[in-house]
Amino acid sequence: MSKSGVRPLSDMAQKMGPLLGLIILVLIVSILNPSFLAPLNILNLLRQVAINALIAYGMTFVILTGGIDLSVGSILALSSALMAGMMVSGIDPILAILIGCLLGALMGAVNGLLITKGKMAPFIATLATMTIYRGLTLTYTDGNPITGLGDDYMFQLFGRGYFLGIPVPAVTMIIAFVVLWVILHKTTFGRYTYAIGGNEKAAWISGIKVTKVKIMVYSLAGLLSALAGAILTSRLNSAQPTAGESYELDAIAAVVLGGTSLAGGRGLIIGTLIGALIIGILNNGLNLLGVSSFFQMVVKGIVIVIAVLLDRKKAA
Amino acid sequence: MKKTWLILLSFTLILLAGCSLEPPEWAKPKQKENLEDIKIGLSVSTLNNPFFVSLKDGVVEEAEKQGMETIVVDAQDDSAKQINDVEDLLQQGVDVLLINPTDSSAISTAVQSANTLGIPVITLDRSADKGEVVTLVASDNVKGGQMAADFIVEQLGEGAKVAELEGVPGASATRERGEGFHLTADEKLNVVAKQTANFNRTEGLDVMENLLQGNPDIQAVFAHNDEMALGAVEAIAGSGKDIPVIGFDGNEDALQSIKAGQLTATVAQQPELIGQLAVQAASDTLQGKEVEELIAAPLKMISEENQE
Repeated sequence: MSKSGVRPLSDMAQKMGPLLGLIILVLIVSILNPSFLAPLNILNLLRQVAINALIAYGMTFVILTGGIDLSVGSILALSSALMAGMMVSGIDPILAILIGCLLGALMGAVNGLLITKGKMAPFIATLATMTIYRGLTLTYTDGNPITGLGDDYMFQLFGRGYFLGIPVPAVTMIIAFVVLWVILHKTTFGRYTYAIGGNEKAAWISGIKVTKVKIMVYSLAGLLSALAGAILTSRLNSAQPTAGESYELDAIAAVVLGGTSLAGGRGLIIGTLIGALIIGILNNGLNLLGVSSFFQMVVKGIVIVIAVLLDRKKAA
Repeated sequence: MKKTWLILLSFTLILLAGCSLEPPEWAKPKQKENLEDIKIGLSVSTLNNPFFVSLKDGVVEEAEKQGMETIVVDAQDDSAKQINDVEDLLQQGVDVLLINPTDSSAISTAVQSANTLGIPVITLDRSADKGEVVTLVASDNVKGGQMAADFIVEQLGEGAKVAELEGVPGASATRERGEGFHLTADEKLNVVAKQTANFNRTEGLDVMENLLQGNPDIQAVFAHNDEMALGAVEAIAGSGKDIPVIGFDGNEDALQSIKAGQLTATVAQQPELIGQLAVQAASDTLQGKEVEELIAAPLKMISEENQE
């Protein structure tokens, strides 16, 4: 396997490809509609991207281990419903968010347990929990949005506020990026994540606690989905039972656009951030250009196809 | 120890001082001064449903007639996407916003963003819980639900066994139509089953098949919209039974189906009219005229007998 060999040139390409795509996209959109670069639009864009970026960070870890997590959208919905429920019953919103994030991590841990101890394929295990968590959300909320979350200033800030002029969700996205970058690139946990995706058997033989690492990876994905759910809850001023539907697809798309291999073991979290920005710019830019929502889907799909094709060519 | 706390506290205070719920002054788009070429921003909950397509057409055509430009965005039934859509519309410098919310509570933030920029908001078909809205243009859904129940009583007499196909859980149309239906139905009818089919035809078909299995003695069906009603009609036809189905909305397919003697009746809304009324309200607002807080678009019970 040449994966482990140091090849600075291809490594550079792996980093630069998505960035180049991002720059080209920004150029095209801003030439076609200069108001894309208007300050408020950039701020809006950063806020719009934050939710997908947070989920996609977690998805990056999961995909690096060679897995997939389809349940992230449902975890987002269930944890945000639980948070909203706690807030309505009078628990301090920030405490509710913290508990909700822990519950999200727990839901992720269940995925990890099913995959490791239950020896289920990640696709199947998380497909099942996706349905289960969604069903629990609908049961808990009785299908109605949970409203009346109060006017707590901190809670409103979390999804809607600005910190020194930057939207708070964007700040959260950046802080989370820094923390996760350190975890992935500077800790043994990060190295194990890559090792498992590169060659699980070899990782196991060399004494890595594969089960434990995988459970932690899925818990992390759950935690980040719940955090994204908290932002969404604040932004929508309510918990929506159908929130987060098909978010797993946007997250996977962001990871793939960022150059991470679905086979695992190869990829960078900075790529995922860029991938999320690309998807965000596509959504925002195509809206600004007045492209019909139906055709927007076609364009998004084509961009993903082109990105993966270019990536293939590079790898070959 | 005390010192650490003091430092932490002052640090938190400094952090909080940097926070605000409004976008920074330098980032706000400039207000337009001339009112010559008016741009209307229309955010629709979904264009995957003929009803909202008609509503959109009503807006676009009426706006064109009045010499205004319309920009349409489609939230595809995703409340989070809709908030982004509205932000994007504001970015394009629309003069007035027409919003057909996916959800009344979730849209509040978007309405508030428009409020901070001083752009008037008019909601269509569904309301917004918070934020300042000039007016809501909608059919009287509660009354429509009641009209459906009254129609069933009229046709089958009191105590008939009825199934109810509900819309997207929590959507205000679901709540209001259900509420109106039950005003009469709880007293005069026997609602033996109610299930959601999410305003969707395929789900209407599946759910109805299941309901027929579980409750073979259903005498009539009320669906919260035509799409589900048409699905139910298919399911009933497949079972070889003859059960009257009453839909809601009055879309093209439903009217065709009534003509063909399949669907029994529908509580027809007039979505194009809702769109037109909204554009009229928008142009009145921009000219500084008074606009009613609620503009009710009339409903019409259409069945085989009264359709021309």
